[in-house]
Amino acid sequence: MAVVFEKPKALTDAVLHYCPGCTHGIVHRLVAEAIDELGIQGKTVGIASVGCSVMSYDYFDVDMVQAAHGRAPAVATGVKRANPENIVFTYQGDGDLAAIGTAETVHSAARGENITIIFVNNAIYGMTGGQMAPTTLPGQVTQTSPYGRDTQTVGFPLKVCELLSNVDGATYLERVAVNNVKNVKAAKKAIKKAFQNQVEGKGFSLIEVVSTCPTNWGMTPQNALKWLEENMIPYYPLGVYKDKYAQED
Amino acid sequence: MSEKVLMKGNEALAEAALMAGCRHYLGYPITPQTEIAAYMAKRMPKVGGTFLQAESEIAAINMVIGVSAAGKRAMTSSSSPGISLKGEGLSYLAGCDLPAFVVNVQRGGPGLGGIQPSQSDYFQATRGTSHGDYHMLVLAPNSVQEMVSMTFKGFDLADKYRMTVMLLADGTMGQMMEPVSLDMGDVTTYEKPWAVTGTGCARKHNVINSLFLKPEELEVKNFERYEKYNYIEENEVMYEEYMMDDADICIVAFGIAARISKNAIDMARAKGIKVGMLRPITLWPFPKKEMRKIADKVKCFVSVEMSMGQLIEDVRLASECTRPVLLCNRTGGMIMTPEEVLAKIEEADKTGGEN
Amino acid sequence: MTKNMLIAGFGGQGILFCGKFLAYEGLLEDKSVSWLPSYGPEMRGGTANCSVIISDIPVGSPIVSNPDILMVMNLPSLDKYEDSTVAGGQIFVDSALIDRKVNRTDVEAYYIPATKLANDEGLTGLANMIMIGYVIKKSGIIPFENIDRALQKVVPASKQHLLDSNRKALELGYNYAE
Repeated sequence: MAVVFEKPKALTDAVLHYCPGCTHGIVHRLVAEAIDELGIQGKTVGIASVGCSVMSYDYFDVDMVQAAHGRAPAVATGVKRANPENIVFTYQGDGDLAAIGTAETVHSAARGENITIIFVNNAIYGMTGGQMAPTTLPGQVTQTSPYGRDTQTVGFPLKVCELLSNVDGATYLERVAVNNVKNVKAAKKAIKKAFQNQVEGKGFSLIEVVSTCPTNWGMTPQNALKWLEENMIPYYPLGVYKDKYAQED
Repeated sequence: MSEKVLMKGNEALAEAALMAGCRHYLGYPITPQTEIAAYMAKRMPKVGGTFLQAESEIAAINMVIGVSAAGKRAMTSSSSPGISLKGEGLSYLAGCDLPAFVVNVQRGGPGLGGIQPSQSDYFQATRGTSHGDYHMLVLAPNSVQEMVSMTFKGFDLADKYRMTVMLLADGTMGQMMEPVSLDMGDVTTYEKPWAVTGTGCARKHNVINSLFLKPEELEVKNFERYEKYNYIEENEVMYEEYMMDDADICIVAFGIAARISKNAIDMARAKGIKVGMLRPITLWPFPKKEMRKIADKVKCFVSVEMSMGQLIEDVRLASECTRPVLLCNRTGGMIMTPEEVLAKIEEADKTGGEN
Repeated sequence: MTKNMLIAGFGGQGILFCGKFLAYEGLLEDKSVSWLPSYGPEMRGGTANCSVIISDIPVGSPIVSNPDILMVMNLPSLDKYEDSTVAGGQIFVDSALIDRKVNRTDVEAYYIPATKLANDEGLTGLANMIMIGYVIKKSGIIPFENIDRALQKVVPASKQHLLDSNRKALELGYNYAE
């Protein structure tokens, strides 16, 4: 019988704990497919962060380190500097990467660390039960912005790709989404390129994946996808924000 | 034995780390230990190593975690306020059972405090620095030679027990020069099958992790770790006794305070006072058994320390409060003189430590 | 025998360097030695001092608070440390920079216009070593014969051309006659 669909080798057999409709599963799969296709599973080391994806160390079938909240890029720096032949990636959420870990994010980019960062932006703290994130949209209701994010008092969301595009050390920055087949395919291409860059020693690559959190957004998975399209993407436009080697391609 | 050279404590320590096979130094500048970073910045590129000035102490300790997880010897160094920032990482190192070598060249506190020598991070070092049930092995050198030998040994202990070894020095230890031999012998290497170096698609993936959501599992982990700590308490205690054979007063001091106390003891002995010293070299594990034995021989203890009375608590605990313990202390970056220690010894001699 | 020495002056006068030279020579004589600098936030022009101990027995505290030998190259240092010198001790004063005499009568006071001598002899910046030469002569803290080997240790490899001028300065101080 012909095999028409199978699990990527770079994923373990563990059952994902993510909520129904959560897009982490898709992003995990895309990362694992990229690792498989580049033939780097045996030399890849992943850094799990704190947040919903904390247990990604159980899901990726590569060596993994679980880092403190926000510190994944620093841990990745250490791993990569210790063994430069390894392919090192972090998998971080918005609270981890764009709030508590802002310094580590910006400075690993500034140093041009030859690492790959997968940044899942779903505009909310998922694991702790739906608090306001650095990427929560203006007016968006969360547990800690119950009347909607008021930019007068708590300020505006951080646009990570735009921010990092001004950092000379960064090599490749792209924002993608996983809300439909077309976007998932584009996301896959970007993630693979972010790993390929590291294989080629090109430096710091970060892929921001605009994602959903149906549970904490209080929506059905389908409505969440719709909300993403109508609210998230206009605020976080998709596309390549920096590609140092674009001309060569 | 190799020729002795005159070296600053901080630089001698850095050279000893290189001799111990450390090729990754991750740090952030802070007085009075910046010579360590400067020395490493100069030397690391020449020996094929990595010197990285991180964006913060927090990043530096997490880079240490990364290097250590990858199976290599790593170190960072800082001074008191910077060690507080590293606290988070120190707890993760313990939770992940990773080896690391961390230097604290103490300065006065709390807060930004000052930059002069202090020993007021004793609690911070011996009680684990950060959250959770754990210990670090804490080494307290009192000479430049010990800055070297304790660094060399520290890396070995860290690998042997897969835990953080903290070298607790102070501004004088870091800044002073003394003759030192750099002849340390061979480095013992340890297999690290747990390291994240890539599976090579030939083994199950390694996971370095401190998260255990099931309390039953976390408890087992903690019990296991404390079995290791018990073993260390039995086997790795280091201390030095000075003139304790006939002493009826026992000074307890470490680091620079022990050097000053030695002068005071010589002065007191010249006056016929029978005083000696127990100098803990490992602050954790603390030389509890020796302290308990000494308590049966002496009439009182004097804790000589550059803090408001932190070491004194371990002296009381270890002697099980069977003898009075006097405190001779300066703080905030001030250093006691031998005369001040002598005065306390004379008080102890007269009163037996009783008020 | 233990000699506790305190050297003090302004930053930039080579206070730490000349202390290091003494300590190294002590080491080469197989003595126990220690050298401890003051340290502070200022990089230039602030006060600088260092404790140097050269002893036949292991050095206890490396901090010299009551020097047997005090060498001062500015007035604030003389004001600050004169009283702490032990009775019967020695105080060496750069009389080109300090225009007062030592008040104590229970110490031996020595005056040498080291900074002026340095300028006159084309040894600008080496007043410290002129003073050390004089200290060696009057205190015997280290023997003078072997100064070359300690100089070679403390003068960096890239600055070996300064060996001659350092030696000249030491000799000038050693042979100084009041």
